[in-house]
Amino acid sequence: MSDQLTIADKTFKSRLFTGTGKFNDSAVMRDAIIASESELVTVALKRVDVNNQSDDILTHLQENHINLLPNTSGVRTAKEAVFAAELAREALNTNWIKLEIHPDPKYLLPDPIETLQAAEELVKLGFIVMPYIHADPVLCKRLEDVGTQCVMPLGAPIGSNKGLKTLEFLEIIIDQSNVPVIVDAGIGSPSHAAQAMELGADAVLVNTAIAVSQHPIDMGKAFKMAVEAGRIAYNAKLAPVKKHAEASSPLTSFLN
Amino acid sequence: MSTFKETFNQYHWDETLSSILGKTEQDVWNALRAEKRSLEDFKALISPAARPYIEEMAQESRRLTKKRFGNTIQMYSPMYLSNECQNICTYCGFSLTNKIPRRTLTDAEILKEVEYIKSKGYDHILLVTGEANQTVGVEYINNALQLIRSHFANITIEVQPLDQPEYEQLIDSGLYAVLVYQETYHREEYKKHHPKGKKSNFDYRLETPDRLGKAGVHKIGLGALFGLEDWRADSFFTALHLKYLQKTYWKTKYSISFPRLRPHSGGLEPKVEMTDPDLVQLICAYRLLDEDVELSISTRESEVFRNNIVNLGITSISAESKTNPGGYAVEPESLEQFEISDERSTEEVAAMLKNQGLEVVWKDWANNWQ
Repeated sequence: MSDQLTIADKTFKSRLFTGTGKFNDSAVMRDAIIASESELVTVALKRVDVNNQSDDILTHLQENHINLLPNTSGVRTAKEAVFAAELAREALNTNWIKLEIHPDPKYLLPDPIETLQAAEELVKLGFIVMPYIHADPVLCKRLEDVGTQCVMPLGAPIGSNKGLKTLEFLEIIIDQSNVPVIVDAGIGSPSHAAQAMELGADAVLVNTAIAVSQHPIDMGKAFKMAVEAGRIAYNAKLAPVKKHAEASSPLTSFLN
Repeated sequence: MSTFKETFNQYHWDETLSSILGKTEQDVWNALRAEKRSLEDFKALISPAARPYIEEMAQESRRLTKKRFGNTIQMYSPMYLSNECQNICTYCGFSLTNKIPRRTLTDAEILKEVEYIKSKGYDHILLVTGEANQTVGVEYINNALQLIRSHFANITIEVQPLDQPEYEQLIDSGLYAVLVYQETYHREEYKKHHPKGKKSNFDYRLETPDRLGKAGVHKIGLGALFGLEDWRADSFFTALHLKYLQKTYWKTKYSISFPRLRPHSGGLEPKVEMTDPDLVQLICAYRLLDEDVELSISTRESEVFRNNIVNLGITSISAESKTNPGGYAVEPESLEQFEISDERSTEEVAAMLKNQGLEVVWKDWANNWQ
């Protein structure tokens, strides 16, 4: 059975999304992304020179199977995000946008109010909106209601590599969502990624953990395998955790 | 706008039933131990293979219910407003062709019934009518809501399916919840049991909870009438409906009821019998599937049965119900929709609950902040 992920009009064989930040070398970045087999790669609009045909990042991402996902990193309000998205659409010829609004420069935590406002407007403008947000189940439903094509709750603060600190809320989000749930931010190791996939996340986005590894290419491959393993395990259904029953007086003896 | 119909149409009755009947002991074992239970687990839990595990299911159902709802049972009272009906339903005492005296309560009569029900302590009420749009259409129901809204904290209706704007109007008049049972999810059998009247439209009924969800009602009650068709398959489709609705209308609460066919004038014999152990198994299976859904049981069930199931998953019950319009105070001797089984007084039922260590909750809503 095919187990592809569909978001809007695209299908993905790989459930690992990656990023382009923090690599020490664009060639390594390219090789790591190829090793990861990721088909959706986010790129910060602020990092690329869209007017330069030979921009270092963009020229290294011209593999056919790689879709670029511009993100609005750096914006602080809904208004700025909409402007950035429109620039990205024109420059990179895609209506896909990873919506990131983090006014706080230290932890880069997303602003839920601005994000919801921007998402609603961007959907109306015809964008495929992928919002980066806190693992807030109600916000996820509100975003779904305004028409985002997925939700991207965080596992832990971005770049922290701390893993799924928001586990309880991710479970609720996965349980409730009608759109793909992509765990974004905080995934620091392949085991974190596998755990997210075992929970039923539709995909994960990993950047720092690959880019900052001593061997990004190997790490890209390790994440690929972990995401696949987690997905297979999710589909195969985990064996139940053993619970000890408590003895109590019978409740159904009246039926006899 | 998409509705449950698209989901529902992907399933086939016979395949679903044989999938349930084919569940093994291992499937049941896995379902019992699962952290989160799927609809496949639910199938296993309602399957014949789960019958030997009914006590274990009951223990887990009780544990989950206490965790979520505490040691409480919500009490409500039905109030029948009218037995006029343009539908033919083979199993119902109010069916068009039944030669019974018809009555629709006037404002004064409604208030007389209200006075009696209030005197028993009830603050949650369920208004019931047949489907007769000339006399008990939306305007009648809207008027009844406005008439009684200051008397009750929480008002539910069980009336004919309506359109979304009509529900919106009723919500403005104080409506909290709507019960709309599909009766059976077997399309062809449904047609046989509802040959005439607006109710013969299976899809319109099936899509009613979608209209309710869009209208923004606080709670939607689902169920099947057990006896018309195989209870296992009907319960699976009810659970499928529940899961679809929870995901789609996430601001709404849900309840499930378990009506079994009862004798009535012009009575229909159940095609498929549902025994007491069947019903216990089903109640527990719903709780194991969903910790939050409210599970309600009426006075259709016997005293002994009700005394026992209030401890293993049920969250709300009625008592001393009259299923005839005016049955409490206006015309107590008139013909009922069906015979109730537990005939104890409200006080007796409340005392039974207290004796079992359960707090009786009369009021759990305030309808004056909307």
